[in-house]
Amino acid sequence: MHELSLTQNIVELAVQYANRNNAVAIRSITVEIGALSGVVADAVAFAFDVCSKGTMAEGARLDIRRIAGVGRCLRCLRESQLEALTHVCPLCGSLALETMQGQEMKFTEMEVD
Amino acid sequence: MCIDCGCNSHPGSAHQHDQHGHHHDGGTSRTIRIEEDLLAKNNRLAASNRARFRAVKILALNLVSSPGSGKTSLLERTLSDLAGRITFAVLEGDLQTTNDADRIAATGVPVKQLNTGAGCHLDAHMVGHGVEAFDLEATDILMIENVGNLVCPAAFDLGEDHKIVVLSVTEGEDKPLKYPQMFQAADLVLINKIDLLPYLQFNLEQCKEFTRQVNPLVEIIELSCHSGEGLATWYDWLSREFIRKRA
Repeated sequence: MHELSLTQNIVELAVQYANRNNAVAIRSITVEIGALSGVVADAVAFAFDVCSKGTMAEGARLDIRRIAGVGRCLRCLRESQLEALTHVCPLCGSLALETMQGQEMKFTEMEVD
Repeated sequence: MCIDCGCNSHPGSAHQHDQHGHHHDGGTSRTIRIEEDLLAKNNRLAASNRARFRAVKILALNLVSSPGSGKTSLLERTLSDLAGRITFAVLEGDLQTTNDADRIAATGVPVKQLNTGAGCHLDAHMVGHGVEAFDLEATDILMIENVGNLVCPAAFDLGEDHKIVVLSVTEGEDKPLKYPQMFQAADLVLINKIDLLPYLQFNLEQCKEFTRQVNPLVEIIELSCHSGEGLATWYDWLSREFIRKRA
């Protein structure tokens, strides 16, 4: 359940940036969560209501963009979609797969008044 | 007041940063681009821990595993066997109780218990304050025993030099495939309790194969802190990394 700590960070960052930008209200918050990051997006959405209560982020819409996992094999040089973290290339079986995308957990933008 | 994190309190207590309300004119909505890692704050505190450890040339190791893999027993044996050769300090992470810290204290090594309450992992903030209990100048290796959990501690950098996963043979050989984030983050995997292999169905070679599928470069040491088998290889690894850090 480290989603709770991550969600606390989301709220803390949102309030910080809102204050820094002289915002009076936060309408929406957008985060990116990679399919290989080990973070459960539903758990973040669930924790957000609790963590934002009593802060400027309360009532804001949380948009979670899921980033697909993509690997690139250093042997056969092909890219493949990944559902799980692995170094085995699903196309040629070598142990030389590099993760290109999918480990993100990023606060990307927010809409404020 | 803590310079690194700006907190006024002890680890684990609530923070209230930037929660004051502002009232300004305007009413049109606008978008602010941010692009900040959700773990940025933890990563910043971890970098500060790492700089502190580097300044005093301490080797810091973060031990992670599922509950009951034998981390504390392995530490007890290691601290006793290397007493007089290497000076240790130990941070013990658990949700509750000081049972593990009491066991380590019995070996005579300085230890500090970190209770996370309901928290599933140690973070860099807790470790930064935890080491205030030690004379870092007089320490060679800091052992951080994380909360028993193969999921959450993978994401939280504590400022350590290496993450070490302890996997016991009573757990099943497919753990690396089930918890790939943790095994991918590790530099060393210790396969523990190998004295029990004759009584189990555990396939050691398959386990190593699965480990390499998620982390091709990881080092693997098989050992038993009960029979003592493999401990010499583990102690060689510790000495090697310690000398490398001192260099």
